[in-house]
Amino acid sequence: MIKVQNLTKRYAGITAVDDLSFEVGKGEIVGFLGPNGAGKSTTMRILSSFMPATSGTASVAGFDVFENSLEARSHLGYMPENVALYTELRVREYLRYRGGIKGVGGRKLKERLGEVLDLCSLNDVENRIIGTLSKGYRQRVGLADALIHDPDLLILDEPTIGLDPNQIRHVRQLIKDLGRRHTILLSTHILPEVEMTCNRVIIIHKGKIQASDTPQNLLAQLRTAGGIRIEAQTGADNGVEMLSKVSGVKDVSVETDGGWSIFNLRVEANSDLREEVFRLAVERKWAVRELARRKATLEDVFVEITHNE
Amino acid sequence: MRKFLILLSREIKSYFYSPIAYVVLCFFLLLTGFTFYIGVTFLNHGSTEVTVVESFFNTVPFWFGFVLIFPLITMRLFAEEFKLQTIEPLMTAPVTDVQVVLSKFFGAVFFYIILWAPTAVYFHMFQWITKTPAAGTPAAYLGSYALLLLIGMFYISIGCFSSVVTRNQIIAAVISFVAIVVLFFVGLLSFILPHMTPALRDFFNYFSSIEHMADFSKGMIDSRPVVYYLSMTALMLVLTHHVFQSRKWKL
Repeated sequence: MIKVQNLTKRYAGITAVDDLSFEVGKGEIVGFLGPNGAGKSTTMRILSSFMPATSGTASVAGFDVFENSLEARSHLGYMPENVALYTELRVREYLRYRGGIKGVGGRKLKERLGEVLDLCSLNDVENRIIGTLSKGYRQRVGLADALIHDPDLLILDEPTIGLDPNQIRHVRQLIKDLGRRHTILLSTHILPEVEMTCNRVIIIHKGKIQASDTPQNLLAQLRTAGGIRIEAQTGADNGVEMLSKVSGVKDVSVETDGGWSIFNLRVEANSDLREEVFRLAVERKWAVRELARRKATLEDVFVEITHNE
Repeated sequence: MRKFLILLSREIKSYFYSPIAYVVLCFFLLLTGFTFYIGVTFLNHGSTEVTVVESFFNTVPFWFGFVLIFPLITMRLFAEEFKLQTIEPLMTAPVTDVQVVLSKFFGAVFFYIILWAPTAVYFHMFQWITKTPAAGTPAAYLGSYALLLLIGMFYISIGCFSSVVTRNQIIAAVISFVAIVVLFFVGLLSFILPHMTPALRDFFNYFSSIEHMADFSKGMIDSRPVVYYLSMTALMLVLTHHVFQSRKWKL
Protein backbone atom coordinates (compact mmCIF):
# COMPACT_ATOMS: atom_id res chain seq x y z
CA MET A 1 0.00 0.00 0.00
CA ILE A 2 2.88 2.33 0.81
CA LYS A 3 6.25 1.98 -0.84
CA VAL A 4 9.05 4.32 0.16
CA GLN A 5 12.46 4.11 -1.49
CA ASN A 6 15.57 6.05 -0.51
CA LEU A 7 13.48 8.98 0.60
CA THR A 8 15.48 12.01 1.66
CA LYS A 9 14.25 15.41 2.73
CA ARG A 10 16.61 18.26 3.50
CA TYR A 11 15.51 21.60 4.89
CA ALA A 12 17.94 24.50 4.91
CA GLY A 13 20.94 22.75 6.41
CA ILE A 14 19.03 20.02 8.24
CA THR A 15 18.41 16.51 6.98
CA ALA A 16 15.01 15.62 8.36
CA VAL A 17 14.62 12.33 6.56
CA ASP A 18 17.72 10.45 5.53
CA ASP A 19 17.56 7.73 2.88
CA LEU A 20 14.43 6.11 4.25
CA SER A 21 13.07 2.90 2.69
CA PHE A 22 10.14 0.87 3.91
CA GLU A 23 6.93 -0.75 2.77
CA VAL A 24 3.53 -1.09 4.31
CA GLY A 25 1.35 -3.93 3.09
CA LYS A 26 -2.40 -3.95 2.69
CA GLY A 27 -4.27 -4.37 5.96
CA GLU A 28 -1.33 -3.62 8.23
CA ILE A 29 -1.46 -1.22 11.15
CA VAL A 30 2.01 0.25 11.34
CA GLY A 31 3.22 2.45 14.17
CA PHE A 32 5.73 5.05 13.26
CA LEU A 33 7.77 5.73 16.33
CA GLY A 34 10.44 8.23 17.12
CA PRO A 35 11.45 11.08 19.40
CA ASN A 36 10.41 14.63 18.57
CA GLY A 37 12.09 15.81 15.41
CA ALA A 38 12.91 12.31 14.20
CA GLY A 39 11.29 12.92 10.83
CA LYS A 40 7.93 11.25 11.38
CA SER A 41 5.77 14.20 10.39
CA THR A 42 8.01 15.05 7.46
CA THR A 43 7.70 11.52 6.07
CA MET A 44 3.94 11.61 6.50
CA ARG A 45 3.69 14.99 4.82
CA ILE A 46 5.65 13.67 1.86
CA LEU A 47 3.40 10.62 1.67
CA SER A 48 0.33 12.84 1.67
CA SER A 49 1.81 14.98 -1.15
CA PHE A 50 1.93 18.07 1.04
CA MET A 51 5.62 18.55 0.35
CA PRO A 52 7.99 16.99 -2.14
CA ALA A 53 11.02 14.94 -1.16
CA THR A 54 14.53 16.16 -1.92
CA SER A 55 15.28 12.78 -3.46
CA GLY A 56 13.91 9.27 -3.52
CA THR A 57 10.42 8.10 -4.34
CA ALA A 58 7.27 7.26 -2.47
CA SER A 59 4.08 5.75 -3.74
CA VAL A 60 0.64 5.23 -2.26
CA ALA A 61 -1.66 2.50 -3.61
CA GLY A 62 0.66 2.23 -6.61
CA PHE A 63 0.58 5.95 -7.44
CA ASP A 64 3.68 8.05 -7.11
CA VAL A 65 2.99 10.84 -4.62
CA PHE A 66 4.73 13.37 -6.82
CA GLU A 67 3.99 12.24 -10.37
CA ASN A 68 0.41 11.07 -9.79
CA SER A 69 -0.29 13.17 -6.78
CA LEU A 70 -4.04 13.53 -7.35
CA GLU A 71 -4.67 9.77 -7.58
CA ALA A 72 -2.40 9.12 -4.61
CA ARG A 73 -4.23 11.75 -2.59
CA SER A 74 -7.65 10.35 -3.38
CA HIS A 75 -6.56 6.95 -2.04
CA LEU A 76 -5.47 8.19 1.33
CA GLY A 77 -6.99 9.89 4.31
CA TYR A 78 -4.54 12.10 6.11
CA MET A 79 -4.91 13.57 9.54
CA PRO A 80 -2.21 16.15 10.21
CA GLU A 81 -0.52 16.65 13.54
CA ASN A 82 -2.22 20.00 14.12
CA VAL A 83 -5.78 19.46 13.04
CA ALA A 84 -6.58 22.77 11.36
CA LEU A 85 -10.24 23.25 10.48
CA TYR A 86 -12.35 26.04 9.07
CA THR A 87 -13.64 27.27 12.40
CA GLU A 88 -16.59 29.18 10.94
CA LEU A 89 -18.27 26.07 9.53
CA ARG A 90 -20.51 23.59 11.32
CA VAL A 91 -19.25 20.03 11.80
CA ARG A 92 -21.65 18.43 9.34
CA GLU A 93 -21.19 21.22 6.82
CA TYR A 94 -17.42 20.92 7.04
CA LEU A 95 -17.45 17.17 6.54
CA ARG A 96 -19.82 17.51 3.60
CA TYR A 97 -17.47 20.05 2.03
CA ARG A 98 -14.46 17.82 2.63
CA GLY A 99 -16.27 14.83 1.18
CA GLY A 100 -17.16 16.92 -1.86
CA ILE A 101 -13.62 17.98 -2.67
CA LYS A 102 -12.49 14.40 -2.21
CA GLY A 103 -14.92 13.35 -4.91
CA VAL A 104 -17.71 11.82 -2.83
CA GLY A 105 -21.15 13.05 -3.76
CA GLY A 106 -24.87 12.53 -3.71
CA ARG A 107 -26.33 9.61 -1.79
CA LYS A 108 -22.91 8.11 -1.15
CA LEU A 109 -21.82 11.28 0.65
CA LYS A 110 -24.94 11.28 2.80
CA GLU A 111 -24.29 7.67 3.75
CA ARG A 112 -20.65 8.28 4.56
CA LEU A 113 -21.52 11.35 6.62
CA GLY A 114 -23.82 9.29 8.83
CA GLU A 115 -21.17 6.57 9.16
CA VAL A 116 -18.25 8.80 10.10
CA LEU A 117 -20.34 10.87 12.50
CA ASP A 118 -21.25 7.60 14.23
CA LEU A 119 -17.73 6.17 14.13
CA CYS A 120 -16.16 9.27 15.62
CA SER A 121 -19.04 9.90 18.07
CA LEU A 122 -19.77 13.29 16.62
CA ASN A 123 -23.55 12.95 16.49
CA ASP A 124 -24.04 15.26 19.47
CA VAL A 125 -22.08 18.09 17.91
CA GLU A 126 -22.87 17.71 14.20
CA ASN A 127 -24.61 21.09 14.11
CA ARG A 128 -22.15 22.96 16.31
CA ILE A 129 -19.79 25.55 14.87
CA ILE A 130 -16.30 24.05 14.83
CA GLY A 131 -14.80 27.14 16.49
CA THR A 132 -16.77 26.41 19.66
CA LEU A 133 -15.61 22.79 19.95
CA SER A 134 -13.01 21.54 22.41
CA LYS A 135 -9.69 20.15 21.26
CA GLY A 136 -10.87 16.55 21.66
CA TYR A 137 -13.85 17.09 19.40
CA ARG A 138 -11.77 18.92 16.79
CA GLN A 139 -9.36 15.99 16.78
CA ARG A 140 -12.29 13.69 16.08
CA VAL A 141 -13.54 15.96 13.31
CA GLY A 142 -10.05 15.67 11.80
CA LEU A 143 -10.30 11.89 11.97
CA ALA A 144 -13.80 11.93 10.48
CA ASP A 145 -12.41 14.07 7.66
CA ALA A 146 -9.65 11.51 7.01
CA LEU A 147 -12.31 8.78 6.83
CA ILE A 148 -15.04 10.55 4.86
CA HIS A 149 -14.07 9.20 1.42
CA ASP A 150 -13.51 5.68 2.73
CA PRO A 151 -9.83 5.62 1.71
CA ASP A 152 -7.76 2.45 1.45
CA LEU A 153 -5.02 4.02 3.50
CA LEU A 154 -5.10 6.17 6.62
CA ILE A 155 -2.14 8.28 7.62
CA LEU A 156 -2.60 9.60 11.12
CA ASP A 157 -0.02 11.94 12.60
CA GLU A 158 -0.25 11.68 16.39
CA PRO A 159 -3.97 10.97 16.47
CA THR A 160 -4.32 10.95 20.26
CA ILE A 161 -2.33 14.07 21.09
CA GLY A 162 -4.24 16.49 23.28
CA LEU A 163 -7.04 14.10 24.15
CA ASP A 164 -8.18 13.17 27.65
CA PRO A 165 -7.66 9.56 28.82
CA ASN A 166 -11.21 8.49 27.95
CA GLN A 167 -10.97 9.92 24.49
CA ILE A 168 -7.56 8.34 23.99
CA ARG A 169 -9.03 4.93 24.79
CA HIS A 170 -11.89 5.61 22.45
CA VAL A 171 -9.59 6.64 19.58
CA ARG A 172 -7.33 3.62 20.11
CA GLN A 173 -10.28 1.29 19.96
CA LEU A 174 -11.46 3.11 16.86
CA ILE A 175 -8.07 2.67 15.19
CA LYS A 176 -8.12 -1.04 16.01
CA ASP A 177 -11.58 -1.36 14.49
CA LEU A 178 -10.59 0.62 11.42
CA GLY A 179 -7.59 -1.66 10.99
CA ARG A 180 -9.91 -4.42 9.90
CA ARG A 181 -10.84 -2.55 6.74
CA HIS A 182 -8.09 -0.02 6.19
CA THR A 183 -4.32 0.06 6.06
CA ILE A 184 -3.09 2.43 8.75
CA LEU A 185 0.18 4.25 9.28
CA LEU A 186 0.14 6.17 12.53
CA SER A 187 2.84 8.11 14.26
CA THR A 188 3.16 8.65 17.95
CA HIS A 189 5.63 8.93 20.73
CA ILE A 190 3.26 7.34 23.21
CA LEU A 191 4.54 3.79 23.40
CA PRO A 192 1.67 1.88 25.03
CA GLU A 193 -0.42 3.13 22.14
CA VAL A 194 1.73 1.27 19.65
CA GLU A 195 1.83 -1.89 21.74
CA MET A 196 -1.93 -1.84 21.94
CA THR A 197 -2.85 -1.00 18.39
CA CYS A 198 -0.13 -1.85 15.89
CA ASN A 199 1.01 -5.07 14.35
CA ARG A 200 4.29 -3.59 13.20
CA VAL A 201 6.55 -0.88 14.51
CA ILE A 202 9.00 1.26 12.63
CA ILE A 203 11.35 3.12 14.91
CA ILE A 204 12.91 6.13 13.29
CA HIS A 205 15.63 8.30 14.77
CA LYS A 206 17.39 11.26 13.20
CA GLY A 207 15.68 10.53 9.90
CA LYS A 208 16.82 6.90 9.72
CA ILE A 209 15.04 3.63 10.38
CA GLN A 210 16.52 1.98 13.45
CA ALA A 211 14.18 -0.98 13.73
CA SER A 212 11.17 -2.40 11.98
CA ASP A 213 9.39 -5.43 13.38
CA THR A 214 6.42 -6.60 15.40
CA PRO A 215 6.33 -5.27 18.97
CA GLN A 216 6.85 -8.84 20.28
CA ASN A 217 9.96 -9.46 18.20
CA LEU A 218 11.43 -6.13 19.14
CA LEU A 219 11.03 -7.00 22.80
CA ALA A 220 12.65 -10.37 22.26
CA GLN A 221 15.67 -8.78 20.64
CA LEU A 222 16.21 -6.44 23.51
CA ARG A 223 19.57 -6.86 25.17
CA THR A 224 18.77 -5.17 28.42
CA ALA A 225 15.15 -5.52 29.19
CA GLY A 226 12.99 -5.13 32.18
CA GLY A 227 14.26 -4.85 35.69
CA ILE A 228 13.70 -5.43 39.34
CA ARG A 229 12.42 -3.00 41.88
CA ILE A 230 13.17 -3.42 45.52
CA GLU A 231 12.22 -1.17 48.41
CA ALA A 232 14.38 -1.84 51.44
CA GLN A 233 15.48 -0.17 54.65
CA THR A 234 19.19 0.32 54.16
CA GLY A 235 21.69 3.04 53.35
CA ALA A 236 21.34 4.07 49.74
CA ASP A 237 25.07 3.99 48.82
CA ASN A 238 25.66 0.73 50.62
CA GLY A 239 22.65 -0.85 48.89
CA VAL A 240 23.71 0.20 45.43
CA GLU A 241 27.15 -1.31 46.01
CA MET A 242 25.72 -4.62 47.21
CA LEU A 243 23.11 -4.91 44.48
CA SER A 244 25.56 -4.07 41.71
CA LYS A 245 27.59 -7.14 42.69
CA VAL A 246 24.71 -9.52 41.98
CA SER A 247 25.57 -11.19 38.70
CA GLY A 248 23.31 -10.22 35.81
CA VAL A 249 22.60 -6.71 37.07
CA LYS A 250 23.55 -4.04 34.53
CA ASP A 251 23.06 -0.97 36.64
CA VAL A 252 21.26 0.28 39.70
CA SER A 253 19.53 3.54 40.36
CA VAL A 254 18.20 4.64 43.70
CA GLU A 255 15.82 7.12 45.24
CA THR A 256 14.83 7.56 48.87
CA ASP A 257 11.41 7.74 50.45
CA GLY A 258 11.63 8.57 54.17
CA GLY A 259 13.78 5.87 55.72
CA TRP A 260 13.34 3.60 52.72
CA SER A 261 15.49 3.27 49.66
CA ILE A 262 13.92 2.35 46.37
CA PHE A 263 16.32 0.58 44.02
CA ASN A 264 15.67 0.06 40.35
CA LEU A 265 17.83 -2.61 38.77
CA ARG A 266 18.27 -3.04 35.06
CA VAL A 267 19.03 -6.64 34.28
CA GLU A 268 19.95 -8.84 31.35
CA ALA A 269 17.17 -9.94 29.09
CA ASN A 270 15.20 -13.03 30.01
CA SER A 271 16.69 -13.30 33.43
CA ASP A 272 14.86 -13.26 36.73
CA LEU A 273 17.10 -12.18 39.56
CA ARG A 274 14.42 -11.85 42.22
CA GLU A 275 15.68 -14.86 44.17
CA GLU A 276 19.26 -13.61 44.26
CA VAL A 277 18.12 -10.20 45.37
CA PHE A 278 15.93 -11.72 48.05
CA ARG A 279 18.84 -13.80 49.37
CA LEU A 280 21.03 -10.74 49.49
CA ALA A 281 18.40 -8.87 51.49
CA VAL A 282 18.06 -11.73 53.97
CA GLU A 283 21.81 -12.02 54.31
CA ARG A 284 22.15 -8.30 55.02
CA LYS A 285 19.05 -8.28 57.24
CA TRP A 286 17.30 -5.55 55.22
CA ALA A 287 13.67 -4.96 55.97
CA VAL A 288 11.91 -5.29 52.59
CA ARG A 289 8.46 -3.92 51.77
CA GLU A 290 8.43 -4.54 48.04
CA LEU A 291 10.22 -6.78 45.60
CA ALA A 292 8.89 -6.84 42.07
CA ARG A 293 9.90 -7.64 38.53
CA ARG A 294 9.12 -5.17 35.79
CA LYS A 295 8.62 -6.65 32.36
CA ALA A 296 10.34 -5.08 29.42
CA THR A 297 8.17 -2.69 27.46
CA LEU A 298 8.49 -1.06 24.13
CA GLU A 299 9.71 1.93 26.05
CA ASP A 300 12.90 0.05 26.86
CA VAL A 301 13.36 -0.80 23.20
CA PHE A 302 12.77 2.80 22.28
CA VAL A 303 15.16 4.15 24.90
CA GLU A 304 17.84 1.67 23.96
CA ILE A 305 17.59 2.47 20.27
CA THR A 306 17.28 6.22 20.46
CA HIS A 307 19.24 7.09 23.56
CA ASN A 308 22.73 5.75 23.03
CA GLU A 309 23.97 8.44 20.67
CA MET B 1 -15.40 21.22 -12.37
CA ARG B 2 -17.51 19.86 -9.53
CA LYS B 3 -14.63 20.19 -7.12
CA PHE B 4 -14.04 23.73 -8.33
CA LEU B 5 -17.66 24.64 -7.63
CA ILE B 6 -17.48 23.14 -4.15
CA LEU B 7 -14.30 25.11 -3.43
CA LEU B 8 -15.89 28.23 -4.87
CA SER B 9 -19.00 27.91 -2.76
CA ARG B 10 -16.88 27.56 0.37
CA GLU B 11 -14.94 30.68 -0.56
CA ILE B 12 -18.15 32.62 -1.03
CA LYS B 13 -19.66 31.27 2.18
CA SER B 14 -16.56 32.14 4.15
CA TYR B 15 -17.12 35.82 3.28
CA PHE B 16 -20.56 35.80 4.74
CA TYR B 17 -19.55 33.76 7.80
CA SER B 18 -17.00 36.36 8.84
CA PRO B 19 -17.81 39.84 10.12
CA ILE B 20 -15.52 41.43 7.55
CA ALA B 21 -18.10 40.95 4.80
CA TYR B 22 -20.69 42.94 6.69
CA VAL B 23 -18.21 45.67 7.61
CA VAL B 24 -17.18 46.01 3.97
CA LEU B 25 -20.79 45.88 2.78
CA CYS B 26 -21.83 48.65 5.21
CA PHE B 27 -18.81 50.76 4.39
CA PHE B 28 -19.49 50.36 0.74
CA LEU B 29 -23.18 51.13 1.01
CA LEU B 30 -22.34 54.36 2.83
CA LEU B 31 -19.72 55.22 0.26
CA THR B 32 -21.86 54.60 -2.80
CA GLY B 33 -24.78 56.35 -1.14
CA PHE B 34 -22.63 59.38 -0.48
CA THR B 35 -21.21 59.26 -4.01
CA PHE B 36 -24.70 59.08 -5.42
CA TYR B 37 -25.72 62.08 -3.30
CA ILE B 38 -22.73 64.03 -4.61
CA GLY B 39 -23.59 63.02 -8.15
CA VAL B 40 -27.17 64.18 -7.83
CA THR B 41 -26.12 67.44 -6.11
CA PHE B 42 -23.70 68.06 -8.95
CA LEU B 43 -26.54 67.71 -11.45
CA ASN B 44 -28.70 70.11 -9.43
CA HIS B 45 -26.13 72.89 -9.43
CA GLY B 46 -24.01 72.49 -12.47
CA SER B 47 -24.41 71.85 -16.12
CA THR B 48 -26.82 69.17 -17.20
CA GLU B 49 -24.64 67.85 -19.95
CA VAL B 50 -23.61 64.82 -17.94
CA THR B 51 -25.92 62.05 -16.82
CA VAL B 52 -26.16 60.79 -13.25
CA VAL B 53 -24.34 57.60 -14.22
CA GLU B 54 -21.41 59.63 -15.53
CA SER B 55 -21.25 61.85 -12.47
CA PHE B 56 -21.60 58.89 -10.13
CA PHE B 57 -18.66 56.97 -11.57
CA ASN B 58 -16.39 59.97 -11.94
CA THR B 59 -16.21 61.52 -8.49
CA VAL B 60 -13.30 61.64 -6.06
CA PRO B 61 -15.05 59.82 -3.17
CA PHE B 62 -15.97 57.02 -5.56
CA TRP B 63 -12.37 56.34 -6.52
CA PHE B 64 -11.13 56.91 -3.01
CA GLY B 65 -13.34 54.21 -1.56
CA PHE B 66 -12.95 52.03 -4.59
CA VAL B 67 -9.22 51.40 -4.11
CA LEU B 68 -9.75 50.72 -0.40
CA ILE B 69 -12.04 47.74 -0.75
CA PHE B 70 -9.67 45.43 -2.62
CA PRO B 71 -7.16 44.88 0.19
CA LEU B 72 -10.09 44.26 2.53
CA ILE B 73 -11.70 41.57 0.43
CA THR B 74 -8.52 39.82 -0.71
CA MET B 75 -6.09 39.96 2.21
CA ARG B 76 -7.29 36.79 3.90
CA LEU B 77 -7.57 34.58 0.79
CA PHE B 78 -4.28 32.72 1.07
CA ALA B 79 -2.60 34.36 4.06
CA GLU B 80 -5.25 33.04 6.43
CA GLU B 81 -4.94 29.49 5.13
CA PHE B 82 -1.18 29.63 5.61
CA LYS B 83 -1.47 31.14 9.08
CA LEU B 84 -4.12 28.73 10.37
CA GLN B 85 -2.46 25.80 8.54
CA THR B 86 -5.77 24.86 6.95
CA ILE B 87 -3.69 24.75 3.79
CA GLU B 88 -2.50 21.31 4.90
CA PRO B 89 -5.87 19.54 4.82
CA LEU B 90 -6.78 21.54 1.73
CA MET B 91 -3.75 20.57 -0.34
CA THR B 92 -3.65 16.96 0.82
CA ALA B 93 -7.16 16.55 -0.59
CA PRO B 94 -7.23 15.64 -4.28
CA VAL B 95 -7.60 19.19 -5.63
CA THR B 96 -5.21 20.97 -7.97
CA ASP B 97 -3.41 24.25 -7.31
CA VAL B 98 -5.21 25.82 -10.27
CA GLN B 99 -8.61 24.90 -8.83
CA VAL B 100 -7.70 26.46 -5.49
CA VAL B 101 -6.30 29.68 -7.00
CA LEU B 102 -9.26 30.14 -9.34
CA SER B 103 -11.84 29.37 -6.66
CA LYS B 104 -10.33 32.02 -4.41
CA PHE B 105 -10.19 34.54 -7.23
CA PHE B 106 -13.74 33.98 -8.43
CA GLY B 107 -15.02 33.84 -4.85
CA ALA B 108 -13.66 37.36 -4.35
CA VAL B 109 -15.05 38.48 -7.72
CA PHE B 110 -18.47 37.17 -6.72
CA PHE B 111 -18.36 39.11 -3.46
CA TYR B 112 -17.28 42.20 -5.38
CA ILE B 113 -20.31 41.87 -7.67
CA ILE B 114 -22.57 41.62 -4.61
CA LEU B 115 -21.00 44.85 -3.36
CA TRP B 116 -22.06 46.68 -6.50
CA ALA B 117 -25.51 45.19 -6.86
CA PRO B 118 -27.31 47.83 -4.73
CA THR B 119 -26.10 50.68 -6.97
CA ALA B 120 -28.31 49.41 -9.79
CA VAL B 121 -31.24 50.26 -7.54
CA TYR B 122 -29.96 53.84 -7.11
CA PHE B 123 -30.23 54.59 -10.82
CA HIS B 124 -33.58 52.92 -11.06
CA MET B 125 -34.86 55.05 -8.18
CA PHE B 126 -33.43 58.17 -9.78
CA GLN B 127 -35.35 57.52 -12.97
CA TRP B 128 -38.52 56.69 -11.09
CA ILE B 129 -38.46 59.88 -9.01
CA THR B 130 -37.06 62.43 -11.46
CA LYS B 131 -38.56 60.95 -14.61
CA THR B 132 -35.20 61.68 -16.28
CA PRO B 133 -33.02 58.94 -17.75
CA ALA B 134 -30.03 58.09 -15.52
CA ALA B 135 -27.77 57.26 -18.43
CA GLY B 136 -27.57 58.57 -21.97
CA THR B 137 -27.79 55.14 -23.57
CA PRO B 138 -28.11 51.55 -22.36
CA ALA B 139 -24.48 51.15 -23.41
CA ALA B 140 -23.52 53.60 -20.68
CA TYR B 141 -24.88 51.23 -18.04
CA LEU B 142 -23.31 48.28 -19.71
CA GLY B 143 -20.00 50.09 -20.17
CA SER B 144 -19.82 51.35 -16.58
CA TYR B 145 -20.59 48.01 -15.02
CA ALA B 146 -18.46 46.03 -17.46
CA LEU B 147 -15.52 48.29 -16.72
CA LEU B 148 -16.15 48.03 -12.98
CA LEU B 149 -15.97 44.28 -13.33
CA LEU B 150 -12.80 44.44 -15.42
CA ILE B 151 -10.99 46.83 -13.08
CA GLY B 152 -12.26 44.78 -10.15
CA MET B 153 -10.89 41.55 -11.59
CA PHE B 154 -7.49 43.11 -12.14
CA TYR B 155 -7.29 44.60 -8.65
CA ILE B 156 -8.58 41.40 -7.06
CA SER B 157 -5.89 39.44 -8.89
CA ILE B 158 -3.33 41.84 -7.41
CA GLY B 159 -4.93 41.14 -4.02
CA CYS B 160 -4.63 37.38 -4.60
CA PHE B 161 -0.98 37.77 -5.41
CA SER B 162 -0.27 39.86 -2.30
CA SER B 163 -2.07 37.33 -0.14
CA VAL B 164 -0.15 34.37 -1.53
CA VAL B 165 3.28 35.83 -0.82
CA THR B 166 2.79 36.15 2.93
CA ARG B 167 1.08 34.47 5.85
CA ASN B 168 0.32 37.79 7.48
CA GLN B 169 -2.96 39.38 6.45
CA ILE B 170 -1.87 42.91 7.36
CA ILE B 171 1.20 42.61 5.15
CA ALA B 172 -0.97 41.23 2.35
CA ALA B 173 -3.33 44.20 2.69
CA VAL B 174 -0.48 46.71 2.66
CA ILE B 175 1.15 45.17 -0.42
CA SER B 176 -2.06 45.16 -2.44
CA PHE B 177 -3.05 48.62 -1.23
CA VAL B 178 0.30 50.12 -2.23
CA ALA B 179 0.31 48.31 -5.58
CA ILE B 180 -3.22 49.44 -6.42
CA VAL B 181 -2.62 53.04 -5.32
CA VAL B 182 0.60 53.24 -7.33
CA LEU B 183 -1.17 51.86 -10.40
CA PHE B 184 -3.94 54.31 -9.86
CA PHE B 185 -1.56 57.26 -9.60
CA VAL B 186 0.25 56.29 -12.78
CA GLY B 187 -3.08 56.95 -14.42
CA LEU B 188 -3.29 60.33 -12.70
CA LEU B 189 0.15 61.49 -13.85
CA SER B 190 -1.25 63.25 -16.90
CA PHE B 191 -3.39 65.38 -14.57
CA ILE B 192 -0.57 66.07 -12.15
CA LEU B 193 2.12 66.90 -14.74
CA PRO B 194 0.44 69.18 -17.27
CA HIS B 195 3.53 69.79 -19.45
CA MET B 196 3.80 66.37 -20.96
CA THR B 197 4.38 65.38 -24.54
CA PRO B 198 1.17 64.06 -26.14
CA ALA B 199 2.80 60.67 -26.73
CA LEU B 200 3.65 60.31 -23.06
CA ARG B 201 0.19 61.49 -22.08
CA ASP B 202 -1.37 58.83 -24.29
CA PHE B 203 0.93 56.25 -22.78
CA PHE B 204 -0.13 57.09 -19.23
CA ASN B 205 -3.76 57.37 -20.19
CA TYR B 206 -3.57 53.81 -21.38
CA PHE B 207 -3.23 52.81 -17.69
CA SER B 208 -5.65 55.35 -16.33
CA SER B 209 -8.73 53.79 -14.82
CA ILE B 210 -10.22 57.28 -14.50
CA GLU B 211 -9.87 57.93 -18.22
CA HIS B 212 -11.31 54.53 -19.02
CA MET B 213 -14.29 55.15 -16.78
CA ALA B 214 -14.89 58.59 -18.27
CA ASP B 215 -15.28 56.92 -21.69
CA PHE B 216 -17.15 53.80 -20.62
CA SER B 217 -19.70 55.67 -18.50
CA LYS B 218 -20.65 57.64 -21.60
CA GLY B 219 -21.22 54.36 -23.38
CA MET B 220 -18.01 54.54 -25.43
CA ILE B 221 -16.72 51.01 -25.19
CA ASP B 222 -13.08 50.79 -26.19
CA SER B 223 -11.40 47.42 -26.68
CA ARG B 224 -7.96 48.56 -25.48
CA PRO B 225 -8.83 48.79 -21.78
CA VAL B 226 -10.65 45.46 -22.05
CA VAL B 227 -7.50 43.79 -23.35
CA TYR B 228 -5.39 45.62 -20.79
CA TYR B 229 -7.44 44.53 -17.77
CA LEU B 230 -8.03 40.97 -18.91
CA SER B 231 -4.41 40.34 -19.80
CA MET B 232 -3.15 41.89 -16.57
CA THR B 233 -5.62 39.80 -14.57
CA ALA B 234 -4.40 36.67 -16.33
CA LEU B 235 -0.79 37.66 -15.67
CA MET B 236 -1.40 38.22 -11.95
CA LEU B 237 -3.25 34.92 -11.65
CA VAL B 238 -0.43 33.05 -13.35
CA LEU B 239 2.03 34.68 -10.95
CA THR B 240 -0.22 33.81 -8.01
CA HIS B 241 -0.35 30.22 -9.17
CA HIS B 242 3.44 30.06 -9.47
CA VAL B 243 4.01 31.49 -6.01
CA PHE B 244 1.36 29.16 -4.61
CA GLN B 245 3.17 26.18 -6.10
CA SER B 246 6.53 27.40 -4.87
CA ARG B 247 5.38 27.01 -1.23
CA LYS B 248 6.19 23.31 -1.56
CA TRP B 249 9.83 23.99 -2.23
CA LYS B 250 10.18 26.48 0.59
CA LEU B 251 8.81 24.24 3.32
